[in-house]
Amino acid sequence: MENFFVNIAGLIRDLIAGFGLNETLVYLAMVIVKFVAVLVFVLLNVVVLVYMERRVAGFFQERLGPNRVGPQGTLQLVMDIFKLLSKEDIVPAGADKFVYKAAAYAIFVPTILVYMVIPFGKGMNVIDLNLGLFYILAISSVTTMIIFMAGWGSRNKYSLVGGMRAIAQMVSYEIPYVFSFLGVIMLTGSLKMSTIVEAQQGVWFIVLQPIAFIVFLIAGNAEINRGPFDLPEGEQELVAGYHTEYTAGRFAMFYMAEYANLLAMAAIGATVFLGGWQGPWLPGWLWFFIKMYALVFGQMWVRWTFPRIRVDHLMHLNWKVLLPVSLANIVVTGIGIKVYQMVRMMGWW
Amino acid sequence: MSQAIVFGVLAAIVLGFGLAMVLSKNLVHSAIYMAVTFIGVAGIYLNLSAGFLAAMQILVYVGAISVLMVFGVMLTRRGDIAASNIFNRYKLTGGLMALALFVILGRLIFTSSWNLSSFAVPEDTVSLIADLMMTDFVIPFETAALLLLVALVGAIMVAKGVKNTR
Repeated sequence: MENFFVNIAGLIRDLIAGFGLNETLVYLAMVIVKFVAVLVFVLLNVVVLVYMERRVAGFFQERLGPNRVGPQGTLQLVMDIFKLLSKEDIVPAGADKFVYKAAAYAIFVPTILVYMVIPFGKGMNVIDLNLGLFYILAISSVTTMIIFMAGWGSRNKYSLVGGMRAIAQMVSYEIPYVFSFLGVIMLTGSLKMSTIVEAQQGVWFIVLQPIAFIVFLIAGNAEINRGPFDLPEGEQELVAGYHTEYTAGRFAMFYMAEYANLLAMAAIGATVFLGGWQGPWLPGWLWFFIKMYALVFGQMWVRWTFPRIRVDHLMHLNWKVLLPVSLANIVVTGIGIKVYQMVRMMGWW
Repeated sequence: MSQAIVFGVLAAIVLGFGLAMVLSKNLVHSAIYMAVTFIGVAGIYLNLSAGFLAAMQILVYVGAISVLMVFGVMLTRRGDIAASNIFNRYKLTGGLMALALFVILGRLIFTSSWNLSSFAVPEDTVSLIADLMMTDFVIPFETAALLLLVALVGAIMVAKGVKNTR
């Protein structure tokens, strides 16, 4: 079972190689096959996540949530997708049409690209880059620009304010988000995702880096504009923030990207702090899946428990709490590594 | 061979979007074209096996500088945004300047002798860069960090304003 998906990939590879192509073309074809597999995985999970979010929200607020269409309301989302796709696609007359449309196409690109380096199981990543974690940070920083494009292109003051809030929030929370990984990178001495997972053979990094994990959870939640940090789309004051003017299929793109980002965040957290695919008895990919969904559930729990925080509190939390804490964590980790090396060298342990 | 094709495509993207950035009348469109140009340049770095540099290019230029620029434009500019790029009126001057720079750079490229290294590209470039940064180039690295700190403090002072004590 451990190598179930790896074996499938091997079979497909043999099939493609059977056409008599050369090495490079087979490699390229395999990258495309894996890319499509990841895309399907993400889209299927987004469907599950939207249903899960609505049921979890209902549970936390002592109501039922969708439970009429299909068993336990599982088919509700299929109906919603049909509704969204069959709606009229309206482009506001005053919108900057090029930017408005481009944003809806581009919003999903960085999200999907992030999944390319995540190891879903033993040897189950599309590309095992040397840069791994750094690549993820670089790619996800592009999202800010696209959200701005959506907010600005709509030519609506609510959208614009939503876009500006999104930029301010994402640019500032990116700093503790990046710093929270530095402790782990110092411990492993590598940015490669597979090396980071292998380094957690004995003990998960959540044990060695508990403060970094908490900073990661908070800053990550702010990065994906969810939970108590959903100021860019605060319903009371901004209608729906940067995607106010989007309808039908384009709105669906933003909605799906939000959940795909949530899943990506959980996947990164599971890989970096929770030991990735490592675990006893069960196959690796199942462990990864369980850890990922545990983090997703935690994020949903936070979202439906805490009230939205104010803009100045948001900035206060970032610059005066998270940033010093994450910097202190790096210093302590550095000293800890040196002390550990010294103890090992002296042979005291 | 495939490297040359990839370079051609990337160069076309960089030049095309660079031109679009200069010629666009709308400053925000210009900023978005500029972001695409930066992504194209990152692609060229990747093509040269400089993955770290490519990721840095995207993180710093697309993720931070373009966004900062757009933010600045949005907060400071009033009036008609559709004609906000005031500098693209100077087509002739700009063209001449670009041509002059092109001629100078072209001459420099063709007259200098290029030393080709016989080393293969190392598999793991990040740790080599890290080693160099912390050993041979630690002083320039720290100086750059200090410069950034000074700029940061200066920006805070400018934003805060000086209290008139008199």
